[in-house]
Amino acid sequence: MLKHFLSLQWKSFFRSASFKTNLALKILMGFFALYFIVAFLFMGVGAYYLIEKAEMGDPLQVVNKYMIYLFVLDLLIRYMIQKMPITNIKPLLYLPLKKGQVVHYSLGKTIASFFNWGYAFFFLPFSIVLLIEGYNPLGVVAWHFGIFALIYCSNFINVLVNNKDSVFYPVIAVFIALGACQYFGVFDITNYTAPFFNGLYNAPWMVALPWIAVVGLYFAAFNYFKKNMYLDAGLKGKQTVARTEDLSFLNRFGNTGTFLKNDIKLIKRNKRPKTAGLMSFLFLFYGLLFGSGAVEVYDGPIWQIFGGIFVSGGFLFTFGQFVPSWDSAYYQLMMSQNIKYRDYITSKWYLIVIATVISTVLASFYLFFGINAYLAVLVGAIYNIGVNSHLVLLGGAFIKMPIDLTSNKKAFGDKQAFNMKTMLLSLPKLVLPMLIFAAGYYFVNATTGYILVAAAGILGMAFRNIVFDKIEKIYKKEKYKTIHAYKQKA
Amino acid sequence: MIKAQNLTKTYGTATVLNIENLEIPKGQCFGLVGNNGAGKTTFFSLLLDLIQPTTGHIINNDVQVDSSEAWKPFTSAFIDESFLIGYLTPEEYFYFIGELRGQNKADVDALIHSFEDFFHGEILNQKKYLRDLSKGNQKKAGIVASFIGSPEVVILDEPFANLDPTTQIRLKGIIKNLAANQNTTVLVSSHDLSHVTEVCERIVVLDKGNLIKDIKTSAATLKELEIFFSGAEAPDAAVAVFEDEE
Repeated sequence: MLKHFLSLQWKSFFRSASFKTNLALKILMGFFALYFIVAFLFMGVGAYYLIEKAEMGDPLQVVNKYMIYLFVLDLLIRYMIQKMPITNIKPLLYLPLKKGQVVHYSLGKTIASFFNWGYAFFFLPFSIVLLIEGYNPLGVVAWHFGIFALIYCSNFINVLVNNKDSVFYPVIAVFIALGACQYFGVFDITNYTAPFFNGLYNAPWMVALPWIAVVGLYFAAFNYFKKNMYLDAGLKGKQTVARTEDLSFLNRFGNTGTFLKNDIKLIKRNKRPKTAGLMSFLFLFYGLLFGSGAVEVYDGPIWQIFGGIFVSGGFLFTFGQFVPSWDSAYYQLMMSQNIKYRDYITSKWYLIVIATVISTVLASFYLFFGINAYLAVLVGAIYNIGVNSHLVLLGGAFIKMPIDLTSNKKAFGDKQAFNMKTMLLSLPKLVLPMLIFAAGYYFVNATTGYILVAAAGILGMAFRNIVFDKIEKIYKKEKYKTIHAYKQKA
Repeated sequence: MIKAQNLTKTYGTATVLNIENLEIPKGQCFGLVGNNGAGKTTFFSLLLDLIQPTTGHIINNDVQVDSSEAWKPFTSAFIDESFLIGYLTPEEYFYFIGELRGQNKADVDALIHSFEDFFHGEILNQKKYLRDLSKGNQKKAGIVASFIGSPEVVILDEPFANLDPTTQIRLKGIIKNLAANQNTTVLVSSHDLSHVTEVCERIVVLDKGNLIKDIKTSAATLKELEIFFSGAEAPDAAVAVFEDEE
C-alpha cells in the first residue's frame, strides 16, 4: 500500500508543470538552495562562537532563551504558507482503501515537509559544536531530539488550527505583545519558557515530554481528519460569505474604472494578492535599513536611491510584477470580451501608479530622518511611475505563469517567475537609476543626482503613449502563447 | 455572417481541424456535433481568436478575426469556467460584463430579471462568490452573461452539459427564441443529439477535424445522426446498416 502512495507522490512531484523548467533555471535554483543550506550550516556552526564572543552568556542558554520566539515565528510562517495535506485526498476517497490509511498517508506527507527537516541544517551543526565544546553528550542528544519533537509539534498544531483565523491571530497578537513587554523590560516571558528548554539538556528524561506531545498531537490530528473526511466537512474548501461592494465612484474613469473596480475586488477577496498587498506595505519600512547603519553597504549614497525605489515601489514589485497573471484564471474571457488591450494595460498602470503615490505619502515618516532620506523616496517614486511601471508591464508579457489566487503557496518566489527576459528587465528597474544617480553624484553633487533620476522618470512619463503602443503590440504578439500557458494549471 | 475558408489547425503533424468552406448566415441557429477530439472546441477557439489558425481564416461580419479586434463588440461566448471570474458574485460579474459591453446597471438588471425563471432562485442574492457555486449554477451564470448587451453572435460550448432537466428545457426555449426573434446567430456544440436536433435548424458533424455532414434539420435528422454515431468510424458502413434495416 505504502508503495502505491509513494509512487503517486513521486509522480506528482516530477510531473508537476513547474518542474519542467529549463536546465539553466534548475541549475540556478540548485545554487539558491545550496546557498541557503550553506548559510544555515554556517549559522549553526557560527551561532555558538558568535554568542560566546558577544559575551551574552552560555550559548546554549541564550539559544534556549529565545527558542520560544523561534517556535512562534515558525508557526506563523507555517500558517501562512505550508500547504495542508488534504488537497489530494479527494481522488482516494472512493478507492478501496481504509480511511485510516489515507489519513496516515496525508499526515505522513507533512512529516517529510521542508518546513520540518529544513531546521536540521541549523540544529545539527549547532548540536555537534556543543558536543565538541564539551557539553554533556547525553544532555545534548536529549536536547536535540527534544527540539525536533517540538518542531513536529508545531507541524501538527498547524494542521489542527489551519484556517481558524479567529484562534490564530489572537495567539500571534499575544506573542507580539509579550515580545514588546520583554523589549521594554516590563515582563519577560522567556524567564518562564527558558527553564523548559534548559531542562531538556539538564534532565535528559524530560525529552519524553515533547515526544509524548508529538504522538498525542499526531493522533489528535488523525482523529480530527478521519472524523472530517467528508466532502461537506473537512474536505470542503473554505467558503466565505460574499459581500457586494459599491465602487461606483470609479465609474468616472470609464473602461479603466471597470477594470480598477475588478482589481480592487481581486486584491481584497483572494489570499494570494492580499499577501502581495501586505508585503508591499512591509516594503515601506525597508528604507529603515539605509543610512541607519543597520547594514553597512547600504550607507553608501548610491544605495539611498536603491532604497527609495523599493520604499515607494513595493506594490509595483509584488503585484505589478505578475500582471497579467493575476487574471490568468479567466484570461480567455478577458481576451474574447469587448476589451481594448490599451484599456486593460492602462488600468493596470493606474493601479500601480495609485499604489505608488499612496506608498510615497505613507512614507513621509522618513522626513524624521532628514530631508535627504525622503527626497530619495520621492525621486524613487517618480522613477517608479515614469519608468518602472512600464518595465513591469512589459515584463508581465513574458512571465506567463498561471496564478492560483486562493493559495499562498509559491507566493514567495516561483520557479517560472525567474526567466532570462524578466531578469534582464529587472536590471534597468534597479541598476539604471543607481547609475544615473552615481553619474550626477560623482561629477557634480547629490542634488544633481536626484534631479537626473527624477528627469529620467519624467521623460518616461512623457513617452507613455509610445511605450504603451509597444507594450500593446508585444501583448498581442504573446497573446496565444499566454492563453496556452495559463491553461496549464500549476 | 460567419465565413471560414481553408481553415486548418495543426499541432506538429496532427491536423485537428480542416474546414475547407463553411458559411453561417445571420440569425441561424447552428449546431456542431462530433465525438471527443472532433475539433468542436478548436473551431470555437479559432472563432474567438484564442488560438491562431495554421492556414486560412474566419470572417465574422466582414471582420477577419485573427487580424482585427472589431468582432468583439458584437460577439459573445461561454466556453468553460475560465470565462467566469471566481471571486465575484454573479451580480457583480453580470455588471462587469455589462460595463464592458456598454450596458448600464439598469439594462443589466432588466436582462437578468427576465432570466429569473432560468436561475431558479439559485444564482441571485445568494451571498456566494461564483467559485463557490455548483458547476451547474456556474454554467447558468456564464450562459446568461453571454446574452448581455444583445450580441449578434453567441457561441456556447456544450451548454446543456451539467444542467438539470428543467434548466435544459428552458435553455432550449431561450436559444430558439434568440435565433428566431432577435435575429441572433447562435452557435451551439453538444454531445446530446436530441437537444441539438431540437434546437438547431442546421447541424454540422465534425469527425477528426473534418466536416463530414451538413444537415438541414428535419424530423429524420435525429435518427440519421444516431445511426452515424453508432458506427462513426466508417460512415459508409453506417449507411449500409441503415439500408439493411430497410
